[in-house]
Order: sequence, then C-alpha cells, then structure tokens
Amino acid sequence: MNELYSFTIKEASEKLASGEITSERLTEAIFERIEEIDSKVGAYITLCKEKALEMARESDLRRKNGATLSEIDGIPVAVKDLFLTKGVRTTAASNILNDFVPIYESTVTRKLWEAGAVLIGKTNLDQFAMGSSTETSAYNTATDFDSTTRNPWDLDRIPGGSSGGSAAAVAADLCVAAIGTDTGGSIRQPASLCSITGLKPTYGRVSRYGTIAMASSLDQAGPMTKTVEDAAILLNIISGYDKFDSTSSDKPIPNYCEKLKVKSLKSMRIGVSAEFFGEGLDSEVEAVVRNAISEFEKLGAKIVPVSLPMVHYALAVYYILMPAEVSSNLARYDGIRFGHSVLKSKSESQMSKAESLEDVYNLSREEGFGAETKRRIMLGSYVLSAGYYDAYYKKAQRVRTLIKAEFEKIFEEVDLLATPVSPTLPFKFGEKSADPLSMYLSDIMTVPVNPAGLPAISIPAGFVEKDDKSLPVGLQLIGPMWSEETILMAGHTFQQSTDWHKRKPEIQ
Amino acid sequence: MNNASIKPSSGLIFFYFIMSKLSLDEIKHIAKLSRLELSEKETVLYADQLSGVLEYVEQLSEIDTTGVEPTANVTGLQNIWRDDAVSDSGFKYDDLEKNAPEFKDGSFVVPGVFE
Repeated sequence: MNELYSFTIKEASEKLASGEITSERLTEAIFERIEEIDSKVGAYITLCKEKALEMARESDLRRKNGATLSEIDGIPVAVKDLFLTKGVRTTAASNILNDFVPIYESTVTRKLWEAGAVLIGKTNLDQFAMGSSTETSAYNTATDFDSTTRNPWDLDRIPGGSSGGSAAAVAADLCVAAIGTDTGGSIRQPASLCSITGLKPTYGRVSRYGTIAMASSLDQAGPMTKTVEDAAILLNIISGYDKFDSTSSDKPIPNYCEKLKVKSLKSMRIGVSAEFFGEGLDSEVEAVVRNAISEFEKLGAKIVPVSLPMVHYALAVYYILMPAEVSSNLARYDGIRFGHSVLKSKSESQMSKAESLEDVYNLSREEGFGAETKRRIMLGSYVLSAGYYDAYYKKAQRVRTLIKAEFEKIFEEVDLLATPVSPTLPFKFGEKSADPLSMYLSDIMTVPVNPAGLPAISIPAGFVEKDDKSLPVGLQLIGPMWSEETILMAGHTFQQSTDWHKRKPEIQ
Repeated sequence: MNNASIKPSSGLIFFYFIMSKLSLDEIKHIAKLSRLELSEKETVLYADQLSGVLEYVEQLSEIDTTGVEPTANVTGLQNIWRDDAVSDSGFKYDDLEKNAPEFKDGSFVVPGVFE
C-alpha cells in the first residue's frame, strides 16, 4: 500500500468510506510528513495541527454516525494564505498583515469546512499574490535554507508563484489537495513547475468574498490537486453564486465529475496557436509540450492550427489593468483599522516620525509592504493619474475587448486551445528577482486568459532532465467561458493514458 | 494637466507620454499619490524599474482601438442593487478592537487632524 500521505482525494475518500483509514490517522500522517520535510520545502506559513486533528476527529465521528457531509469529508487540505480563515492568522505573505487574525471566513474556505474538509495550514505565496516565484513573500518558510518556498523537484529552484506554497505542498505530499488563486497565472504556473494539476475557473464561477483582493476583475480561486479528477471534485464544492460577491455567477453548476466518464476525445478540436510557440519559449519545454499535444491526437482529438495575433499584447494590457486595480485595492491598508501600523512600529525613530494622520498612512505602508507590492501600487497610481488615465488605462481596457473578442472567435473553430504554461523550466533563486520585467515575462503564456475571463488548466506533461534532476513541464488547456467540463474531461482522459501526474519528487 | 485634453486615438500625444522616462520628481509624486514614504535609494531604483515596464507596455500604441468599447468586466454584468437597509454583519466592537492598532471607546484612534 502507498504511504497514507500520498493519496489523492479520490483514493483517500474511498479508503475513508470503506473504513480502512480514519481522517485522524490520515491527518497525523500528513503532519508527520510535514515535520519530516517541510523545513526543506517551506510550503507553509502557518500550521494548524491541533485544529486539524479536532476537525479530523469530528469527521470520523460524523462518518461513524452515518452523517458524512461530502466526498471531501475528512480530507486534509492546504489553503493559500490569501483566504481569510476566521480565527486563523492570515498574512498574504506580507508584513503589513503579520499579526492579522480575520474575524470572518472566506466563502471558498467556508464551503470546504461545510463539506467536512480538514485545514492543515496556510501556504506561502508571493506577497499579496504578486510574483511568479514565491520569492516576494516576507516569510522564509524553508527554515533549513532560510529562504522562501523551494521546488520539491529541485530544492535549488523556485516553485513558481504566486501560489507556490500550495503547489509545493501538493507535489511534496504535505496535503491531499490545496486551494490557490489565479490573477495572471498564479495557479497554473506553479502547478506546471511543480508537476501538479491546477485549474483557474471562469471568472465568476467561484466567489471572491473573503479572498484578499489583488486585481478584482481578474482574480479567481481554484483547485490545485494531484489529479484532474480531484480538481473536478473540489470545483464542485467551491463553485457557485454568493450574495457577498456580486460578480459571482448564478449559472447552474454542472456535476463536474459526471462528464469525466466520457473519456473520449473523438470529435474534439484542439487549437494550437503559433503565437504561443514563438520567441522566448525554451526548446526543451517546447519539445515536451508538442509531445503532449501529439498524445491528444493519438487519443482522437483533431489538432487545428490557429492564429491569435492579439495574444502578443495581453501581457502589456495586464501590466496596466492589474496594477491599476492593485493600487485601488491596497489603499485599504492604512495603518488604522487593522494590520501593521507605524504607531506600533518596532523602530522608535519611525514611530516618532508619525506626527500627522498622513504620516501614519505613509510610514505604515512603507514598513508593511515589500518592494514588489510597492512597485505595483506605484505603477497603478501612475496609469490612473490625471493626464495618463486615457493613454494607459482606457487604452488597455479597449485592447482587452479585442483580446476577448479574438478568443471568442477562435472558440467558434475549436473546442480547446493547447499551449505551454511556463516558457521556461523552474528557474533558480534570484535568477529573475532583480529584474521585474524578466519576472513579468514568465507569465506570458498564462496571462492572456485572465483579461478574457476564460477557464484554463495546467496538467503535468513531462520532464526535462537537468543537473541530475527531473524538472517538470506542464501543458495548458484553455476553453471558452464556462467550459470547465470540457477542459476537465480532456485533462482526465490525458491522465488515463499518461503517468506524468503520478511521478513523485525525491526530496533530499 | 487635464484628462480631457488627451484623446486615445491621437497617436502622437500617446507616443509622447509613454516615451518619457520617469524622473525622480515624478516618482516622488507617484509615491505621494500612493501614500508611500520612499527612501532616496528606492526612488532611484523605482524610477529605473517602472520606466522599463512603461517602455514595455508602450507596444499597445501599435493597435488601432478607434471605436472599440473598453471592457471592465468580462461577464457583461450590470450594476447589482440591494435594498438600502441595515443588516447585521454579526461583527462586534470587540472583534474590531482585536485587529486595530489603537482602539478606544468604540473608535479607531489616529493623530489629530485639526490644529
């Protein structure tokens, strides 16, 4: 039998149902694993062992009484530290929320607990979800190295970001499944770099209530799991309209697990666009992705060459709209109502500088925000400021319209698009952190779907051998709005005939 | 400078604005708008880094967007209204106090605003 901690949701729920294991035992096994290796991986900012074991025992009791709540009852999950969890410290990997303990629960996590899931802990991320490597976190969670989260496949490399802690936790079996958020690729890129499955749902499918906001017109929460099947199970739980998020959709939720049974790609048309295979794409990554696409062809899909010229401009649109929304959303951190305040600063000289109300704002934010957060707030303030608003912000919103229209037109010709996720293999620490633009370019394949609101998944597609290590490569499937069923079915079918997703890293 | 004087369709004006590299004074002005107190070192660093990003996004000027409507929301959502009625958030003063840096008699404490 496999180690307990390596189970998928599907496997664990079957064994819980048959009485072969208990949630308490499963949760203990996960914590034993965390105690053994998380000082190397550094997936978690906060662990909730006591609370988790209590939740697990409650789940076992429900099961004994025949009152099991759902397929994920008793399943240990990790939550990106961007979701408010009532009574459990929530930092957004920032200093400004270092001591913050929310007084209410996010809708996504509320739904998880109402379905019986067990909270293992809160995972590391790029600060306020701003970054592609988890290096902008204020927390050095990998205590053996005094660094941020490390990639379980090669501890010298970054796990991707911003949901890097969640991706590393799933890949290293430090949880059964996790939840992340995706504004420009923050679920899919770390999923690709850690060889797990990560789904960014259609904008509006999942409520954003209680998720610390980065860019509200782009943010979307989604599952990060060991298999596509598990992603479907979690999506069933977290989807749906929420009166506390008026941008959430009341469209009916299909049973995402039902269509997985189809397992046939006959009559499916998958578009491959040259624009995703151009300059900047590593040849080793390209070879793996092309190989995965030919696997889809073997499974019966028809591969159709398509052209998406506007995709080229998506990153520029993103780096105007996203910072604009960031500068507005992060205005709430004022050092007065919650979070770090200069009035409580450890530095007496800083504290003594705070004479006026404006000083409290300026100095609290200066101390509490990291460099990347400041950069994006400033960029946003600039593109929204008088005289520049039309030239930058309005212009980007107009190009956003063109990008969305181009995708809509392509999806009249094909059912899905297949593309790379990350243009490169997981990179080494510090390789891109000194040059913000080169870091931003690592999102070039994932960003285009966010301004268009589309759903997309990253699934493990293969490996490249480098420095005696196997480095993961993911494949992205993009669909039209509300096409999660099709994306999941295609991904699941791929995983029935490949075993990339079953490979495990050896953590040394 | 006033918003109305710039037309997005006017390529020349657009080109002028985005070609200009950010000066240190501009960075200080943006920092003020952003309510950030920057050190001199940060000011120099951000002038360089933000100019690099602005140079990159300049490529949007290649696209003719005449007559294209801006998109703010992808689902085509219209305004959603609720009744203008008081509802119970369930939060207590005690909850607010726990997270507030300074809290007294049901209020947040800040330095005086008036002389």
